[in-house]
Amino acid sequence: MKHEWPLWEIFIRGQHGLSHRHVGSLHAPDAEMAVKNARDVYTRRNEGVSIWVVEARHIAASVPSEKGPMFEPSESKIYRHPTFYDIPDEVGHM
Amino acid sequence: MTRDEALFEFLLRMGDNTLILGHRVSEWCGHSPVLEEDIALANTALDMIGQTQLWLGLAGEVEGKGRSADDLAFRRDAWDFRNVLLCELPNGDFGQTLMRQFLYDAWSLGMLDRLKTSSEARVAEIAEKALKEVTYHLERSGDTVIGLGDGTEESHTRMQKALDYLWPYVGEMFEKDKVDEVMIAAGIAPDPADLRPRYDETVSRVFAEATLTIPDGSYVHKGGRTGRMHTEHLGHLLTSMQWLQRAYPGAAW
Repeated sequence: MKHEWPLWEIFIRGQHGLSHRHVGSLHAPDAEMAVKNARDVYTRRNEGVSIWVVEARHIAASVPSEKGPMFEPSESKIYRHPTFYDIPDEVGHM
Repeated sequence: MTRDEALFEFLLRMGDNTLILGHRVSEWCGHSPVLEEDIALANTALDMIGQTQLWLGLAGEVEGKGRSADDLAFRRDAWDFRNVLLCELPNGDFGQTLMRQFLYDAWSLGMLDRLKTSSEARVAEIAEKALKEVTYHLERSGDTVIGLGDGTEESHTRMQKALDYLWPYVGEMFEKDKVDEVMIAAGIAPDPADLRPRYDETVSRVFAEATLTIPDGSYVHKGGRTGRMHTEHLGHLLTSMQWLQRAYPGAAW
């Protein structure tokens, strides 16, 4: 008899104003324990102000073997990068 | 007994509880059933060792004989320790460890909550800091007791066994002696008995959800917080905890 806890993906907001960022995954019996485990595993050094957990099976992902049709077509479309605009200096960093 | 003599004893009781239980919990490091629990237990142990530094540091200050927190932790023998017996009991299985933690955390939370308003500012300050840590410890240990108690037949049986074994050690946390009387009169610490109703409310709620039953019987094992008689387990714990300072007195790094 083998009962493996489900896998959870962990997202941490580092500070107010930033978005949650994927930091890793862990096992837990339920969502509440996943948050607690995430607190203990990923915020020990004061890394976070907010935690999201998502059970890994709920994440739909692109298929690595299809990355040709998926991503390569955008490689040759440089006009999608608005790098040809002249930006006045006084605008500063964008 | 002067105020400071009693305060010293009281601080030893607080600091020895967290030191001995913290050391016990740290024994799981690298041995827990799953990685996540291993880290969580290590965090709890470290929190308690941190609290120990504050309690025993203040104890040494109050005593006024130049002893540091380290001196008190590593250079006293078993009969000088003032932790309740519950804290020195062996880990047993993971369930027994978490049950012991829960029974202690529930007391600790109530105690620290009252110490926040202590007339002794240094005590209030430590309580304020420790309370945040213990609030989380209690949430985690309580949830785990519920998860395992109301889990599989195997986990339920183990948790009930742990509760049957540990419950007779709970009463000692609410005992009162001369030290407490001086602390109460000085407004430094509450009457231990006053913490009991809230404690019973907390543990009853959790055990109901965990489908666990508090055993009958009113026998209370005691002798730890007065130092009259510890269990045989404390000496064994100290041999490993104090080994380095005993073998290499004064070693530092």
